[in-house]
Parts: sequence; C-alpha cells; structure tokens
Amino acid sequence: MIYFDKVTKIYQDGAPPAVEDITLQIEPGEFVSIVGHSGAGKTTLLKMLFAEVLPTEGTVFFGEREVPRLSTSELLKLRRNIGTIFQDFRLLPTKNVFENIAFALEVAGRSDEDIQADVPHVLDLVGLADKLWSFPHELSGGEQQRVAIARAIVNQPDVLIADEPTGNLDPINAHDIVEILKKINDLGTTVLLTTHNKSVVDSIGRRVVTMDQGRVVRDDKQGKYVL
Amino acid sequence: MKRVGRYGLIGFIRNGFVSLAAILIMTITLFTAATLVISGAALNSVLKQLTDNVDVTVYFTTDATDDQIAQLQTSLQALPEVASVALTTRDQALAAFQQRHQNDQLTMQALQELGDNPLGASLEIRAKQTSQYETIAQYLQTQQSNGSDIGAAIDSVNFYQNKTAIDRLTGIISTSRTLGLGIALVLGLASLLIAFNTIRLAIYTARDEIGVMNLVGASHWYVRGPFVIAGILYGVISGLLVLLLLYPITLYLGPGSETFFGTFNVFTYFVSSFPLLFLIIMATGIALGSLSSYLAVRRYLHS
Repeated sequence: MIYFDKVTKIYQDGAPPAVEDITLQIEPGEFVSIVGHSGAGKTTLLKMLFAEVLPTEGTVFFGEREVPRLSTSELLKLRRNIGTIFQDFRLLPTKNVFENIAFALEVAGRSDEDIQADVPHVLDLVGLADKLWSFPHELSGGEQQRVAIARAIVNQPDVLIADEPTGNLDPINAHDIVEILKKINDLGTTVLLTTHNKSVVDSIGRRVVTMDQGRVVRDDKQGKYVL
Repeated sequence: MKRVGRYGLIGFIRNGFVSLAAILIMTITLFTAATLVISGAALNSVLKQLTDNVDVTVYFTTDATDDQIAQLQTSLQALPEVASVALTTRDQALAAFQQRHQNDQLTMQALQELGDNPLGASLEIRAKQTSQYETIAQYLQTQQSNGSDIGAAIDSVNFYQNKTAIDRLTGIISTSRTLGLGIALVLGLASLLIAFNTIRLAIYTARDEIGVMNLVGASHWYVRGPFVIAGILYGVISGLLVLLLLYPITLYLGPGSETFFGTFNVFTYFVSSFPLLFLIIMATGIALGSLSSYLAVRRYLHS
C-alpha cells in the first residue's frame, strides 16, 4: 500500500542526499521499524509519505495515489488518513486533552455527537480516560505521548507513523507506548516506527528496515536492531 | 463556521498575554487614526473660518441711487463665482460706525459736526473659493472703467488692498490641506505597519500549533479561521476602548479647543459625529485585525 519508488532527497545543492535511491514497499497491516543513527534519513523518508517534504527524485505512492502530485484538498484528505506521533508530542498547548483529540475529528468533518462518543473511547484505549480536561502542561511525558497516539488513531487511519515516539520517555513509559502501538497494529493499522532505541526494536520482533547515510542497508522480516 | 468561531474565541482567551499585547498596539493605532480624523475636522473648521472672513467689499459713493446699488447687486449675484452678496445701506453703515466708536468722543463729535451721513452703502461679496476673488475684482474693475452707470456709483473696491493677504491665504489653505493629508497618510501607514507586525508576532508564537494543524489535515480555512476571528476580536475591543477613551479626553479638551480653534469644539464634534467615528474606528480595527491575521498565517500554511 505504501511504495517508495527510488526516492532521493537533497535539501541543498552540493550537500549529501538525506535519502538516496530508496525503493521500499510496505504492505497493509505491517509493523515496520525503521532504524538507524541520527541523520540516517529515517524522518525524511517518513515526511515524504505525507508530503511535508517532497522527493528530489523518484516518487511515493500511497495506495494508487502518487503523493507528490496530489492537489491541496487530496493531500489534506491523505493526512487525515495518516496518524502521526512525534518525539516532541506536538500537542496543541492551548487546548485540553479532549480538544486536542476532538480537533482531529473536527477537521475530518465529524459531528459533535460522534466526537462526544469517540474521544472518551479512544482515551480509554490509551488508558487516559480520567485526563479528559487536562492541558498538556499538566501531563507527564508518557501521558502526553498517549494523548498524541489517541489523536493519531481517533480517525481510524490506515497508517500510523511514529517518529521516535519514545525519544523523550523513560524506559517504563517507552515500553507502555510500544505496547499501545502493537495493540493498534493488531487491530489492523499499518504502523511505521522510527527509532534508535535497541530494546524497543528487539521487543517488537517484527520487520526491521535499517538505514545508514540515506540508504536502506538491511530489511529483515523478523529483525533485530543491528547497526 | 461555528467551530472556527468557537476556536477563535477560545484561542483569544487562552492566549491572554498575546491578546493583550495585540489589543494595546491596535488601540494605539486606532487612537492615532481617530486623532487624525478629528484633527482633519479641526483643520477644515479653521480653514473654513479663515475663508469665511475673506471677502471683497464694494463701497458706493454717497450719491449712489438705490437702483444703481440694486443693479450691481443683481449682476454680482449672477456671477458663477459669487456665493453671496450682502448689502449694507448708508443708514446701517452709519449705525455700525456709531456703535464701534461710541466711546470715542472726538469721533462722535466730528460726525455730529458733519451733519450729513458721510458713509456710503456697501456690498460684501463672498466667493465660492478664495481663488475666485480675482475674477470678481476684475469684473468690478471693468464696471468702473467702462463708464457704465453702475460703475459711476462705485467709490472703491477693497480687493487689491487685501490681494496679497488673500493670495497668501489661498496658498496656506492649499498647502495645509496637502500637508495634512501627507501627514495623515504617513502616520496612518506607520500605525498600520506596527499593528500588522504585532499581530504577525502573535501568530509567530503559534507557528508550532499551525504546524500540527497542517499535519492532521486541517484545511487552510480551518487553520486560518480562528486567527482571523481573534484578529477581529482584537479590532473590536481596541475600537471600543478608543471610543471609550475619546469621550473623557474630548470632554476635557473641548473648551480649550474652542478657544484655540475659534468655533471648533472637539467634544461637540465627537458627540455630533459619533456614528461616523464609530464606523471609521470599528471598520478600521476589524479590517486591520482580520487582514493582518489572514496574511500572517499564510506563511505557515503549506500543502
């Protein structure tokens, strides 16, 4: 369903490519960990999937759709179908937990009744049912990341992208987050996880794509963290 | 639309300090705008007073007949440059003279000894514009020099004695208007730029938030809308503050302004022109706030 077709990204003329000639296919329902040192190109690769960054060469397919060629409205629809979580959580600081998650539903045009029903349900899924009206600054790092996950999955996206989701968390919280991601994947959502946390990757035990200096150097169906 | 409005209001309230800063700057901007409007009105009032005091006076000989006077008055009124012609009869001229010099014993005695009324009738001519007095004066000169019956009744015309003053006044009026407009434009533009940049700064603090909105697939209107609503709120609140401030300020300055400008009382003007001022200030505030927000968000939107 996701196909990177010989994608290359060069940010500045004369600079080495951030991503170089990558061809990669990801099937629906897969859990793929993309690992590598900082600067390997993991985040750039993911950003090309929802067109935050456009490839210099090659292209990206999401299903039948060629992402760089999408119109603005088609791109917005695509982004609503891709849940994203980041190392820095990226919650809206002036909105409480309910509003942060509801926002994702509102931009998708859902009714107030649907929002009232779905938000508590998805918060329950991530174990934060009692934090509905808290603001992000009132939550711990682990709780903020769980809210971010709730927001990412509330629209039942086909794909969930997790870019270094455990980077700012302690090992216990990191483990909890990974368990939630596995649960989400078990429910049928494709998960793309980037990390350089060895224990996280080894605990998942699923496909591992290893990147180094912008290239894919290993692709193991049931891999371990090897660099 | 309802959601966008709600988010705009919530954002406005929750970003308390940022909203306050924007409102303060916009209040200063709108206050400047209001000051320019009121100053313009004061200037126009002063200029009008000066203009109204300028006239050309035709003095008749003491033996000019009523017919001759009436003929000249009618012919002057027919001129396109003439706004009004006011007649002062010989008796009225004498009465006014006696009124002015009632405490001057010597003058009153001399008048008594003359016996007869030494003053002729006169016509005070007001032009529609100060630049047109020259034309009227030339018409009168033509009447005098062509040997007509009317011309023979004219003793003197006081235009050429005042010509220099009138020319200078015409120049001052023209320059004042141009200068006033220029100053208003420069100040107005400077104020607008400051207000715009303040709102840009306010939105800069929300750039990460806008980034997240882009990521979850919010449309441009969904991202922009709340900021535009907040911008409108800045404008409305600032406008109301300015109008509230102007009331006591103009009340305090009213008597002083009347002394300084002549007949222009800034408080009377504020009260009588309140609907217009309200419209100008609120419209400027809303336009400035909403447009600034709209443009400032644009750089953070990307597809």
